[in-house]
Amino acid sequence: MSNNSVLFDTPGPKAAARHRIYTVLAVVVLLGLLAVAVMRLADNNQFEGRKWEPFVSPVYIERFLVDGVLETLKMAVAAIILAVIFGALFGIGKLSEHRPLRWFSWLVVEFWRAVPVLLAMVLVFYVWGIDRGDTGAFWSVVVALMLYNGAVLAEVFRAGINAVPKGQVEAAYALGMRKTAVMMQIQLPQAVKIMLPALISQMVVALKDTSLGYAVAAPGLTNVAKLTYNSPSNGQNIIPTVLVTAGLYIVMNLILTWIATWVQKKFVGEKRIDVAAAAAGQD
Amino acid sequence: MDVVWENREAILIGFTHTVLLFLIAGIGSLLLGTVIAAMRVGPIGVLRVAAVIYVSLVRNTPLLMVLLLFRYGLPKLNIKFDFVDIVVPTTAGDIRLNNIFTACVIGLSIYTAAFVAEAIRSGINAVPLGQAEAARAIGLPFGGVMREVILPQAFRATVPPLASVQIALIKNTTVAGAVGVVEAFNVMRSMTNNYAGSRIEIFIAFALIFVVLVEVYSFAAHRLERRWRIA
Repeated sequence: MSNNSVLFDTPGPKAAARHRIYTVLAVVVLLGLLAVAVMRLADNNQFEGRKWEPFVSPVYIERFLVDGVLETLKMAVAAIILAVIFGALFGIGKLSEHRPLRWFSWLVVEFWRAVPVLLAMVLVFYVWGIDRGDTGAFWSVVVALMLYNGAVLAEVFRAGINAVPKGQVEAAYALGMRKTAVMMQIQLPQAVKIMLPALISQMVVALKDTSLGYAVAAPGLTNVAKLTYNSPSNGQNIIPTVLVTAGLYIVMNLILTWIATWVQKKFVGEKRIDVAAAAAGQD
Repeated sequence: MDVVWENREAILIGFTHTVLLFLIAGIGSLLLGTVIAAMRVGPIGVLRVAAVIYVSLVRNTPLLMVLLLFRYGLPKLNIKFDFVDIVVPTTAGDIRLNNIFTACVIGLSIYTAAFVAEAIRSGINAVPLGQAEAARAIGLPFGGVMREVILPQAFRATVPPLASVQIALIKNTTVAGAVGVVEAFNVMRSMTNNYAGSRIEIFIAFALIFVVLVEVYSFAAHRLERRWRIA
């Protein structure tokens, strides 16, 4: 209640009574919607045993966790590690004193930020991955995610480095350090600390986008889901499959978000760069 | 670039679908997102909780899952999206706003609305406390405070994050191509299948058009932001 007091006063007796009526109405409407949804599902046999059986039988659970969650996490982790390297290189490149290097970095970052991940994924897949089976599809997803998330992270790096107080750099130069040493020993370590939460939120984006591997038949959760709802013995259980798969993604992402908040509190404190502004267009 | 030029009509149709998806889902998500943001900051506890749940569930779900649900899932519940069936014949080919298109527009709107709601909420938080207090002091009720004082200012402060959300939406329309709307990504995929030798130039052509769309949009948003900036 307290954080909302900007918009309205603490309700008096009349307003409180009115709010109670609205609350009851809201509850009725929301429960009604839920009931309609459940009835719709039941009417169309969506609670049928064989439709849900895949999600309780040990063989399928193992498949969802090993072929699904594990492969998805592998793709996301590989993509984010490469994206951090890509982002660091081009983020620092954008701050370079050499004009051609600065412009080149700017061009690369702007281009990959504006190109949809799916386009990049299909290109990498057709040019390089198509005759390499699962490995090809896996790395097509990883490379496409690296290019996009790397471009976003380049902006985060740049913002992070700029957020380090100017005096630090001047002090370092005054001690006689060279440009590279100032960047590597003074600016970058502090910038990384400021950026940690932004990095982790970008992992959520990367993790969600691994699902696009669907388009190139890459391994991972979406692929397991596709096999499950396409299998005739499961009685066209696309709705249960989508609900369960989405649930798995939500759990993974909530854990990541929770880690980001914890890291923020533990290591960073109040100082935080504006992720929304730095990572324009993240989804 | 011969291949690209020869197929310019198919590309044009593809990008027409892309832009239509963007415009319709953009407006839809703006409306729905505003309602959810209002629920989120309103005085009714139940609605606040409902809005929080909506935002955190949808934000953490991949868009593909949402579109799979709307495109293939809901028709299994007899929720068909065939109430829209518009075919606009042009000299370059048909523009089809059919059941697949409608399902994807609704899915995209629902997905994007969660991000719109967050953007608007950050805009509402940017409105100084005194403004709301002054609005209440002159006797405006909650609706009046929102309509006359908070939302107009919040929308201005919201332009930059909202522009980011909608740029993401332009790129997200490609996911609709993966489930069957004949938009840019879909056209590109069939072209790269048909002209194996020219894959890279086809990609560069499509990528550059996306770059132009995104840059034009962010330029416009930037101008709007400067003109509307709260003093």
